[in-house]
Amino acid sequence: FSGAGGGNDIQWCFSQVKGAVDDDVAEADIISTVEFNHSGELLATGDKGGRVVIFQQEQENKTQSHSRGEYNVYSTFQSHEPEFDYLKSLEIEEKINKIRWLPQKNAAQFLLSTNDKTIKLWKISERDKRPEGYNLKEEDGRYRDPTTVTTLRVPVFRPMDLMVEASPRRIFANAHTYHINSISINSDYETYLSADDLRINLWHLEITDRSFNIVDIKPANMEELTEVITAAEFHPNSCNTFVYSSSKGTIRLCDMRASALCDRHSKLFEEPEDPSNRSFFSEIISSISDVKFSHSGRYMMTRDYLSVKIWDLNMETRPVETYQVHEYLRSKLCSLYENDCIFDKFECCWNGSDSIVMTGSYNNFFRMFDRNTKRDITLEASRENNKPRTVLKPRKVCASGKRKKDEISVDSLDFNKKILHTAWHPKENIIAVATTNNLYIFQDKMN
Amino acid sequence: QDMQEKETVIPERAEEAKLKAKYPNLGQKPGGSDFLMKRLQKGQKYFDSGDYNMAKAKMKNKQLPSAGPDKNLVTGDHIPTPQDLPQRKSSLVTSKLAG
Repeated sequence: FSGAGGGNDIQWCFSQVKGAVDDDVAEADIISTVEFNHSGELLATGDKGGRVVIFQQEQENKTQSHSRGEYNVYSTFQSHEPEFDYLKSLEIEEKINKIRWLPQKNAAQFLLSTNDKTIKLWKISERDKRPEGYNLKEEDGRYRDPTTVTTLRVPVFRPMDLMVEASPRRIFANAHTYHINSISINSDYETYLSADDLRINLWHLEITDRSFNIVDIKPANMEELTEVITAAEFHPNSCNTFVYSSSKGTIRLCDMRASALCDRHSKLFEEPEDPSNRSFFSEIISSISDVKFSHSGRYMMTRDYLSVKIWDLNMETRPVETYQVHEYLRSKLCSLYENDCIFDKFECCWNGSDSIVMTGSYNNFFRMFDRNTKRDITLEASRENNKPRTVLKPRKVCASGKRKKDEISVDSLDFNKKILHTAWHPKENIIAVATTNNLYIFQDKMN
Repeated sequence: QDMQEKETVIPERAEEAKLKAKYPNLGQKPGGSDFLMKRLQKGQKYFDSGDYNMAKAKMKNKQLPSAGPDKNLVTGDHIPTPQDLPQRKSSLVTSKLAG
């Protein structure tokens, strides 16, 4: 996995980088979500400015067999606008928290995008022909005087330059008092869930004027609030099952067949904590920032501040695998608390075969863990590694003591360069890694 | 001696000691509940047009308290004004990712 050989080791190479080069980052350009569609042909990003950019993979070039297709801009649109709720004195950010693709049913593509309060269903469709030869209209749209029409013709469709149009088809609003952190499409492809800090709602994709509340953890007295919902996801195969994670490091699996309101979990996943190890930081760093089912549906992965954990759905007592992302930060928690970094919400993802998991870290580093070989690697998303087909050099952080050549010391890490969002192509070894305002695409070196 | 040993052995405890040394008033509650409330409150601006207009009417002859250095922090004495709220303009510019 370190590139030293082995038939199954992936050799990651830089492929492309999108976004501005300058260091002065406008807030609107901060990338807030990255997601491949089900075929991997499309890659969507959302940003703090409420904009969505979709990239499309070029068809493979038969002559250039050493690389897979590049991703180029396919469509871009303003998904959400900033709003002000005057009744509650609440500013509603336009930042796109999550994008989730629907599986493709016809020629058009559909995705759900959400900010803190409103979810929207967008239709992205191609137009590559237009009707020509109207009887009553000129080509430029002006109406013809009907009295000048002496013959009739049948309008025909003629090819035109490809136009990709995005239009909002449904707007699911006014169902969340708190801030939406997750959306997840059900395997029935008809319903989806949206989760905020205290509640989870179930929607039907066709119906915007009502949703069903399926989880409500709001205490009668807000003074008694001890935990919030941090992420939620539907099971990939069982349409009655979903999970939600909490700020206390627990995951609850719920079965919608059990009752209409799933306040009582079917399973509770929690790793017992050694009480003698407890500190002021324990709860904060145990907060789960992301939960993702494996493609198989047998496992789920959670990300907390310092680690990634794999859980077997059949075992609630403890994770089956734990991977340390950046354990060297444990002795820096005081300063990470002071600069708020301890609250950073890192996401995680599986590769298509569920054999490797990936997550981001600081200094534009990202980590991959091979579940089979138990090897891990740290790579960097940086413009300095810009040569296509050159294998990326693994990075190493020196926690303490003598720093070896090519290692970077913990104190030199740039905590403003965080990789919170990463995505893995569903079928290929192609990954999308978002730094603050740039999107990197890396590919497996093909022989 | 035991406690000291334990603090150096467990990096988290050492960090906690550092934090408590810097902020002695840090609450006894574990680092969780304050953040939960802060997280739920995100986006709250507290501009109330009713309060604002009543304050304007009452204070016609007096000087309105001016906004402190931190305009986003609302205290009991200060009635936020529309000018205090940062302008929320939508992004008219295309994303640089599409550039």
